[in-house]
Amino acid sequence: MALEARNLYFRYGRKQPWIFRDCSLTLEKGECVAVSAPSGYGKTTLALLLAGYLKPDKGKILADGRPLPMKGVCPVQLICQHPEKAINPRWKLKHVLEESGNITQEALGIFGIEQAWLDRFPRELSGGELQRFCVARALLSGADYVICDEISTMLDVITQAQIWQAVLEEARKRSMGILAVTHNQHLARRIAARIIDLTDISADVST
Amino acid sequence: MRGPNRRTKAVAAAVVMGIALIGIYACGIVIPDDKILGSFLDAGQPPSRKHFFGTDALGRDLFFRTLKGLSVSMTVGLAASFSSAVIAVLAGMAAASGSRRGDALVSWLIDLVMSVPHTILVILISFAMGRGLKGLLIGISATHWCSLARLIRGEVLQLRCRQYVAVSRRLGKSGGWILMHHMLPHLLPQFFTGLVLMFPHAILHEASVSFLGFGLSPEQPAIGIILAESMRYLSAGMWWPAVLPGLSLVLLVLLTDRLGEHLRIISDPYSAQE
Repeated sequence: MALEARNLYFRYGRKQPWIFRDCSLTLEKGECVAVSAPSGYGKTTLALLLAGYLKPDKGKILADGRPLPMKGVCPVQLICQHPEKAINPRWKLKHVLEESGNITQEALGIFGIEQAWLDRFPRELSGGELQRFCVARALLSGADYVICDEISTMLDVITQAQIWQAVLEEARKRSMGILAVTHNQHLARRIAARIIDLTDISADVST
Repeated sequence: MRGPNRRTKAVAAAVVMGIALIGIYACGIVIPDDKILGSFLDAGQPPSRKHFFGTDALGRDLFFRTLKGLSVSMTVGLAASFSSAVIAVLAGMAAASGSRRGDALVSWLIDLVMSVPHTILVILISFAMGRGLKGLLIGISATHWCSLARLIRGEVLQLRCRQYVAVSRRLGKSGGWILMHHMLPHLLPQFFTGLVLMFPHAILHEASVSFLGFGLSPEQPAIGIILAESMRYLSAGMWWPAVLPGLSLVLLVLLTDRLGEHLRIISDPYSAQE
């Protein structure tokens, strides 16, 4: 039971340079893996590919041995870097949570979401508060694998710690696979069992 | 304690304007037809306490005739701008969410209709459709949807590549669900603002086409007809049949324009709770 990328090839357009050439990686269920690399090595592209937002030019992405479904709830969910872009500004926040599942008191507690926030519009909450909703939305959908693309980069240290604690605890409880994309080495070492360095596996951008 | 905030004020203003518009419309319907019957005894009287707007050359009371005319104009304006706005939303959505060929077709159609001056097109269509109210309605609704359709098309194209739409798709929502729940809330304010802004435009076109003699029939109390008739007597020194109904048309147009502005303030999330 694992999320696998097999021999991925990807580039943005025919005339663009390859970003991934024959790149493979595996994320076991119940495992937390960090992906790190300097800017421009395709961390976000990898996250988008694994969650099915982009199609690889060649190669396969398999969740538990099956390709990602085109319809229905995807077993791989992505949490993005900018929560304010990932939430419809015209929706009250309770709709954001209802989009992926039913709101339970317990779930609100786990992610540190206050009842009063549910009736507000996104622009009336701070970035850290919004990110909690994005995390809750991804985890409540019942996903087996969650890709976290720099989810705590623009948050203060305390919020960062709280959000990661919630993610890791939920992941352990439901034995989900977590792929944490980050360029914060300390965070990577703190949360992940192993660290994948993209500089080793992505196509060399400079050539 | 702070005073009422901007949103409360906007809601209050919108309600007052809405009631005023409905009031004008109701007046036009409630006023019995014998109020606008002519009497040659008091033909061509200037504004007085008995006749607020004076009387025309046939002795008809211009105040009541204007009110009735405004309500006819509002019917035309509302029906035409509503059907126009619906066409615009459907065309815009079809262009943006359909195939590339469909998009090209709709865009071409928009360019085509926009490249011909409105008034000429309205005259042609309403003439071909048999003049009168029906022809006018079809003519105005067939010509006024373009700019709003183009706006909606752009909006849908933009919305389609938003991150929350992509997330929604991965959460297993269908295209129709996303259209209804994610996109429509963004399009509705455009729709209503477009509708209200089109309303005065439609009224003015109705008035101008009737003024030119291609629209409503002469015995109907429409603003365009009143203005067209007033031209004949203007040189004889009768200014009131032109000025007063004309001013009330301008007032009606301004009123709906302000109403549209307030509705925009209320529905925009960026100013919703200021």
